[in-house]
Amino acid sequence: MPEYPHAVPLEGFLGGLLVGLAAALMLLVGGRIAGVSGLAARALGLSPAGPADRGTALAFVAGLPLGALAVAQSSGGLAATYPADLATLVLGGLLVGYGTRLGSGCTSGHGICGLARLSRRSVVATLTFMATGILTVALSHLLGANA
Amino acid sequence: MTRPLVALVSGLLFGAGLAVSGMVDPTRVRGFLDLFGRWDPTLAFVMAGALLPMVLAWAIQQRMARPIAAPSFDLPSTRPVDGRLVAGAALFGVGWGLAGLCPGPALAGLALEPSLAGPAVAAMCSGMALHALVHGPRARRVATRP
Repeated sequence: MPEYPHAVPLEGFLGGLLVGLAAALMLLVGGRIAGVSGLAARALGLSPAGPADRGTALAFVAGLPLGALAVAQSSGGLAATYPADLATLVLGGLLVGYGTRLGSGCTSGHGICGLARLSRRSVVATLTFMATGILTVALSHLLGANA
Repeated sequence: MTRPLVALVSGLLFGAGLAVSGMVDPTRVRGFLDLFGRWDPTLAFVMAGALLPMVLAWAIQQRMARPIAAPSFDLPSTRPVDGRLVAGAALFGVGWGLAGLCPGPALAGLALEPSLAGPAVAAMCSGMALHALVHGPRARRVATRP
């Protein structure tokens, strides 16, 4: 994409297919939404679930870094440039954790699983977090943070 | 035993997909949200790629009486839209824009950049625990038609 020299549309699409297949597997075989925030909360024992449910959630959560590690190992490393400021990471993390629980989902549960079934809740949630995310980045540039 | 195994395979595929697509890089994710700056459209291609199998999966799910390896479907409701949903999504978006991390890439990042993903994940878990403390563990799930 000449206008966007840093974009990787093909890798993005292929990686997206893998994410979608992972969510489809979870739905059709396990009968559950592959919503990462919900599964993480379940793994932490923060939402009502039996021990079997918790084990399932823990297995999914453990798979995330292992899957990423496998790709990093086989491709000779991956770019992952984090904000330099630890306070930004911690504040961001807190808001992500609290917000995804209050809003019952994140980019995976609402943005992928919910949008794909045209859930009204997920459409509203996705438009909302996209909008406040865009606004936050725009404001952070204006204020000179994270430039 | 089947379900944890399915969940592990799903998590592995999910984490691999986030890595292949570049979504484990907070700078790339913030680039997508930087609509008025140096916009990076990659995340839109990730969404398109992920929605394709999921739209098919929902169509198949409608024709299934039960999941392949579980007694029943356990799915969230699709309505109503309420204040909590909007407020929660709004707060999540602010955190997403600040850190460039949502829950999946944050957890996947533990294997790639543990010294920075670690504190972010710890903060995320604290935010989740704070929510449970304030609102109590709530079950807002309904069984949908098979």
